[in-house]
Amino acid sequence: MGLESGTPVSTLHERESYKVGDFEVPTGREEEWRFTPLRRLRGLHNGTAAEGGKVVVDVEAAPEVTVETVGRDDERLGRAYVPADRVSAQAWESFDTATVITVPKEAVASAPTVVRLRGEDASGAAYGHTTVVVEPFAVATVVLSHRGSATYADNVEFVVGDGASLSVISLQDWEDDTVHVSHQHARLGRDARFTGHNVSLGGDLVRISPSVAYTGPGGDAELYGVYFVDGGQHLEHRLLVDHAVPHCRSRVDYRGALQDQDAHAVWIGDVIIRAEAEGTDTYELNRNLVLTDGTRVDSVPNLEILTGEVVGAGHASASGRMDDEHLFYLQARGIPRDEARRMVVRGYLGQLIDKIEVAEVREKVAEAIEEELDKGLDQGAGE
Amino acid sequence: MATLEIRDLHVSVGEGTDGAKEILRGVDLTVRSGETHAIMGPNGSGKSTLAYAIAGHPKYEVTAGTVTLDGEDVLAMSVDERARAGLFLAMQYPVEVPGVSVSNFLRSAVTAVRGEAPKLRDFSKEMRQAMQNLSIDPAFAQRSLNEGFSGGEKKRHEILQLEMLKPKIAVLDETDSGLDVDALKVVSEGINRFSAGTDTGVLLITHYTRILRYVKPDFVHVFAGGRVVEAGGPELAEVLENEGYEKYVKAGASR
Repeated sequence: MGLESGTPVSTLHERESYKVGDFEVPTGREEEWRFTPLRRLRGLHNGTAAEGGKVVVDVEAAPEVTVETVGRDDERLGRAYVPADRVSAQAWESFDTATVITVPKEAVASAPTVVRLRGEDASGAAYGHTTVVVEPFAVATVVLSHRGSATYADNVEFVVGDGASLSVISLQDWEDDTVHVSHQHARLGRDARFTGHNVSLGGDLVRISPSVAYTGPGGDAELYGVYFVDGGQHLEHRLLVDHAVPHCRSRVDYRGALQDQDAHAVWIGDVIIRAEAEGTDTYELNRNLVLTDGTRVDSVPNLEILTGEVVGAGHASASGRMDDEHLFYLQARGIPRDEARRMVVRGYLGQLIDKIEVAEVREKVAEAIEEELDKGLDQGAGE
Repeated sequence: MATLEIRDLHVSVGEGTDGAKEILRGVDLTVRSGETHAIMGPNGSGKSTLAYAIAGHPKYEVTAGTVTLDGEDVLAMSVDERARAGLFLAMQYPVEVPGVSVSNFLRSAVTAVRGEAPKLRDFSKEMRQAMQNLSIDPAFAQRSLNEGFSGGEKKRHEILQLEMLKPKIAVLDETDSGLDVDALKVVSEGINRFSAGTDTGVLLITHYTRILRYVKPDFVHVFAGGRVVEAGGPELAEVLENEGYEKYVKAGASR
């Protein structure tokens, strides 16, 4: 597209500002908002959100890691990430305190650092900011666990230094009444490595925008996502990987299952390979398994390539019902239909769950998927 | 003593504007334990349709006739009920099931068919032994079912399932196709181990006579035009080897 036209790349992400006023109030016609039911955002997008929400942050840190609660004026905040849409800017202008997690140079964290964010009231809006700094050659794992009831907008920055490695698992396990709009931005130094897992299960409306930028060659980002959308839920993931320097790698693999009336999944996968990003190796994939009637999937991969000198660049998106041949094969070995369905869903999501490095989290996610499957089977899904 | 009885079986496939197409036109066949039957026939004669109809694949509609196993109405059973009743279909093209490991799958299948979960230790031992018998690398236990397997590996795994599930009657749909001689021997040995069991019958569907050098049939049936057109003993396979299916294709077409 951009190769011949000479128009700016990726018009989706051209605007950046810390000021809410720099962004128009979305109407729902904009490309970046057209899949999101704005009326369910409770005013997070237009300045009418009620005040008084509360999300309590509690951090259990690895001994090598420091955790601080800081004020708005802390100079480490907002250095890696500039808000890219109005809700993000609203969160930036509105948060009171931020959490800064620092992994010192060359430190190897001996345990995951778990950030528990607990919503206590969904009737008013709450705003947050989290910055994770992994200094050069340090290694750490951070778990963001979102629970409870909230109307919550936040920004999360991951600053991964040269040669450092960060693995993040973000669990969206909210109560049914929660609205959560979040940007998770990773900035990777030279030879830095970032693995991000998003697991989105609960909430009325969850819209997560993970993005990656590279500041030096050799950066490697793997972004995985697992979601299970029930009736009436809107779970949206909008990915952006911006290859602006040579010889970086990215992999995106998001997979979801949907069941029951008005379950809505949105996946946007934007990858930009800028002219200077020679030697880029990227692949993005989204798959959706539709378990019942009445669901809706919007899956849009966008790949903009401005150099021919790439190692690999590809994308794939597939959404559909469970394969009858899979079920037939398993049933032909005596496995009852319901169990066969479970095995197929478990297998399909399990390939990503297995990549979660923290055993405890992995088990918890697997259990949560079983609970989702129980819900569907109780209602005789798909029969 | 198990008996699979197929009587006047008519099966159609497809619907919509083209209408359903009748593939099987009155199949009669009886397979008892202790017997190995070979069904041979040209492409398109309906051999695989017979296999899938017995297993209960939803694509195939039985329009007339009966299938019973020891007097029980197989056609009234769901796919998994048929398997638990003692029927097994080794598929010509086993599907790949991502994320479901061979060992997890086998354990689920064995649990379903036997009616109780085997002890993990016993199961692991049994699976290892069964894999060894078929020269399957034990590493396959942790791989996704059939995913990235070669044709020969898939067929060995079908026979692995056969040996572990120990059905009463096994239908083997072109298990020999696409196998080199070494793999054919390994697979045939597996079939022979299975059919040496006390209460087991085999219905071997094949296009070629090659496998019959390793798996000796008691009966050979020639299939054409959706039904059995000739039946005999092992000597019939020799005739087919020499003369081919030509005269049966004509006979089938003339109906």
